[in-house]
Amino acid sequence: MNDIKDLIKTLHPLERRVAPLLRQTAIFSELVKKSRLKDVEVMRALQWMQNKQVLKIKEDVKEVLVLGENGKKALKTGLPELVFLNSIKHKAKLLDKIREETKLSKEEINACIGLLKGKASIHIGKGLVVSINDNGRKLLQRGSFEEKLLKKISGKEVDVSKLKDEEKFAFENLKKRKDMIKPVIKKEWFVILTNTGKKLVTSNLGPEKTIEQLTPAMLKTGSWKNKEFRAYDVKINVPRIIRGKKHFVNQAIEYAKRIWLDMGFKEMTGTLVQTSFWNFDALFTAQDHPVRDLQDTFFIKNPARGRLPDKKLVETVKQTHETGWTTGSTGWKYKWDEEEAKKNVLRTHTTCLSAQTLTKLKKEELPAKFFALGRCFRNETIDWSHLAEFNQTEGIVVDKNANFRHLLGYLKQFFKKMGYEKARFRPGYFPYTEFSIEIDIFHPVKKEWIELGGAGIFRPEVVKPLLGIDVPVLAWGPGFDRIIMEFFNINDIRELYKNDLKQVRKIKEWMR
Amino acid sequence: MPTITLNKDVLEKLVGKKLALEQLKDRISMLGTDLEKIEGNEIVVEVFPNRPDMLSEQGFARALSSFIGVKTGLRKYNVRKREKNYKVIINESVKKVRPFTACAIVTNLKFDDEKIREIIQIQEKLHIGMGRDRKKLAIGIYPLEEITLPITYTAKKPKEIRFVPLESDKEMNGLEILQKHPTGKDYAHLLEGKEVFPIFMDTKNEILSMPPIINSHKTGKISEKTKEVFIEFSGFDYDILSKGLNILVTALADMGGEIYEMELVYGKKKVVSPDLKPVEWNLDIKYINKMLGLELSEGKIKELLERMGYDYKNKKVLVPAYRTDILHQIDFAEDIAIAYGYENFEPEIPNVSTIGEEDRFEEFKSRIANVLIGLGLLETNTYNLTNKEDHNKKMLFEADVVELENALTKEYSVLRTWIIPSLMKVLSENTNREYPQNIFENGIIFKKDKNAETGIAENDRLGVALCGQNIDFTRIKQVFDALINALDLKYESKETEHSSFIPGRVARISVNDKGKSKGVAYIGEIHPKVLENFGIEMPVSSFELNLTDLYEAIKK
Repeated sequence: MNDIKDLIKTLHPLERRVAPLLRQTAIFSELVKKSRLKDVEVMRALQWMQNKQVLKIKEDVKEVLVLGENGKKALKTGLPELVFLNSIKHKAKLLDKIREETKLSKEEINACIGLLKGKASIHIGKGLVVSINDNGRKLLQRGSFEEKLLKKISGKEVDVSKLKDEEKFAFENLKKRKDMIKPVIKKEWFVILTNTGKKLVTSNLGPEKTIEQLTPAMLKTGSWKNKEFRAYDVKINVPRIIRGKKHFVNQAIEYAKRIWLDMGFKEMTGTLVQTSFWNFDALFTAQDHPVRDLQDTFFIKNPARGRLPDKKLVETVKQTHETGWTTGSTGWKYKWDEEEAKKNVLRTHTTCLSAQTLTKLKKEELPAKFFALGRCFRNETIDWSHLAEFNQTEGIVVDKNANFRHLLGYLKQFFKKMGYEKARFRPGYFPYTEFSIEIDIFHPVKKEWIELGGAGIFRPEVVKPLLGIDVPVLAWGPGFDRIIMEFFNINDIRELYKNDLKQVRKIKEWMR
Repeated sequence: MPTITLNKDVLEKLVGKKLALEQLKDRISMLGTDLEKIEGNEIVVEVFPNRPDMLSEQGFARALSSFIGVKTGLRKYNVRKREKNYKVIINESVKKVRPFTACAIVTNLKFDDEKIREIIQIQEKLHIGMGRDRKKLAIGIYPLEEITLPITYTAKKPKEIRFVPLESDKEMNGLEILQKHPTGKDYAHLLEGKEVFPIFMDTKNEILSMPPIINSHKTGKISEKTKEVFIEFSGFDYDILSKGLNILVTALADMGGEIYEMELVYGKKKVVSPDLKPVEWNLDIKYINKMLGLELSEGKIKELLERMGYDYKNKKVLVPAYRTDILHQIDFAEDIAIAYGYENFEPEIPNVSTIGEEDRFEEFKSRIANVLIGLGLLETNTYNLTNKEDHNKKMLFEADVVELENALTKEYSVLRTWIIPSLMKVLSENTNREYPQNIFENGIIFKKDKNAETGIAENDRLGVALCGQNIDFTRIKQVFDALINALDLKYESKETEHSSFIPGRVARISVNDKGKSKGVAYIGEIHPKVLENFGIEMPVSSFELNLTDLYEAIKK
């Protein structure tokens, strides 16, 4: 019995209201009526009690019948076919006359004739004279099954599964008729008490002595003293708060930024629209290279062209493309066109920022390390694995002693900090790097290699014209979206920028 | 990127060694080609565009064979002395339209269906990649028995050129080919507007082809009976043509063919083609080792170069005549690294001290975001690309947007000039989600500006939108007020008009920037017509703040 006492102490006022009523009824809607509480309040009380092993809530789904518009009308004035029969009860009449007397519509008259002929209750003679026969008289006397069913429905809820045979017959007939009856799915909850529950509902709950909510007034007056606090169910699920939050893509970007900063890199920024000069030419990408085609790169319609940087730099880049200038290279051996370099594009990589950084860098500032993390563009049809906009993480190390092994070292360290212990490097190709590598990281859970993109050492044809001297420049620009997708378990890349607020709110925080 | 399809049996025979499947996969990847798939006997490999010489089964096998150490070093290809009539006379008239050709004759060929398909594959890959879809380089291969040497390369008025093109049964003139023949139509742009079109013609004035469009039906089709062929490459740069020709004839030689030289008569200048002499390069071993981060001996470097198909003699590298990718010594460094194996390098981070530094403005933006998150707002992340419908029409505001030249879809065809339309779009796509929806975004906007390097000024903007019951001007101004207070700034609001907002409930806000008042934001309740256009059934109030200007005002 002590258990019950303890249990009573934990009861919320709503539970206290509902519990005694469970002696009288187990049906939810009844409980609502009797308690004069709101639906949600009763439901909450029941759920809490369910958590306390007092009861079990069961759901009962049934199909019940409701009157339709014509059904309600028929209840008032009688079913049309009975009205029809009534009008010829005493003598045969012309059809027009029947219509006039009964005020049934033409359609209803036609339906009646069909129906009554089907029941062999009338006879239609010459000149459309309609007379009643014995069957018809019997029908009038005992009333139709349909009429009986309608009356039953108007009185109380009728469960389709519990119809008697003749009612079933009437139900099938009425179902075929327009707007007579509607079957409706109805959910009802009912309660099964546990043994504890049975004891509880018969116990005297006593007066409510416990404190529900602590109020400022109680604190002021001290009225809380010598009273007990109602014990809460601390395991209870609480409604979720809508909180403010950084977008998950930006959380990941911020984390990666932090890694580069920790590794001593300085941030580069720049515009998303760039001239082809910075996006391609300064990176020794020949003007007829396919990447500069319309199907790969977004060009700007208006203004289609931008300004080139200072003449000396442009001339050096031009010569490097054509003959290799003083870089020791043969160049691409073609005629470089200034107009082509002026074309505005949406940057296809953040590498254009590295090119601009090299131009501004002074020899005294070496060695130097820079990074960028930003949006890039490619002219691509958007589907589950492709976007027209994507994120890249760019880095360069300008150091006269830098070498290929350092390149691998920096990359390995970055990916380790991103949570990927194993990285693999394969030969690759980019017009502006030599060595060129492709980076794969090993996914520790899926146990497979994921391709992330490229890195390398800038070609002397890139570095010398921009920086003025030939110094090794380690460079990388792997895509970043794949890593974000992996972490957040996203399979469709479009979700990164879909801004489905449910997803954005719910998705976990970036944590490594 | 170009891919080639290889037959595993043929490949193994050419390489001279069978490899276990896993090993084959690994070696193909580590050679610097991307393995797409192996299915049964079919191997599909992606070849990087700098190595067109690997775009044939023969070329690929050659590289793989030396890489795995079966046949290393420079491959020798014999070029036989020409017969007297092995000659191509280049008429001056081609200078105006397609000035150069490089040619060769290959004999002793045994074609079957498979081989013919293989040759067509090489030809197509060279056309597309190195040839930039026949613009820089176009290839013709002709059965020698159908033609009479010597050949003339000349140019004539389109209407004077008459022959039956491949896959046709009617004689056509040059213009008709461009207008009616399917291949002619595809490549018409390459000759359009030219006064004369180039042709190859034999001694009997039989037309062989009209490059870069199509061959003649009579003389321009190889078959299983063909034993000897005449090959021509035409284009604008002799070096490129010559390299391309070398790639094709060496592949044919690997099939068992014998290469014969031809004399090309460019007026007074006579050139012998093909030229398969290796190209000599100096090698600075110190430089190579420095770039690699290794200390390889000269002997080791020689061995590694041989694994990549080079020879190394007397301190010089001998580069095969079919390699197109050697521009600088650094290219040897990479090949040496590939032969050494990328997997064998030990990654190292040097002990170099540099100081990390976040961009100040980026840091500022991040702090702004933190303030808004503290106010319970949710950050969104949308595209810079949008469309006029969402950006202008639905917003009831005609902005002068920057348009893309070649957008694939209308949906992403212009660059935004403000952020709020992007936020409205987000709200319109979330009407079935829980309210309130209070969102913000730090984004870039694009405006035409003659002073900018690209003619387009980019600014950072903050857009905030509150959406839900009881959202009004007061609520949005509270957010704005809290943000500006956090930055220790003062601001002034003035009535203004803006067609996206409800009249009388929109303000222009200025801050004090070194004594001057500067307009930095619009704030107000979004017009119900705009909400209707976006299908939003909750009130929205919003502001857009120019962060670039605001930052200027804060900087001391």
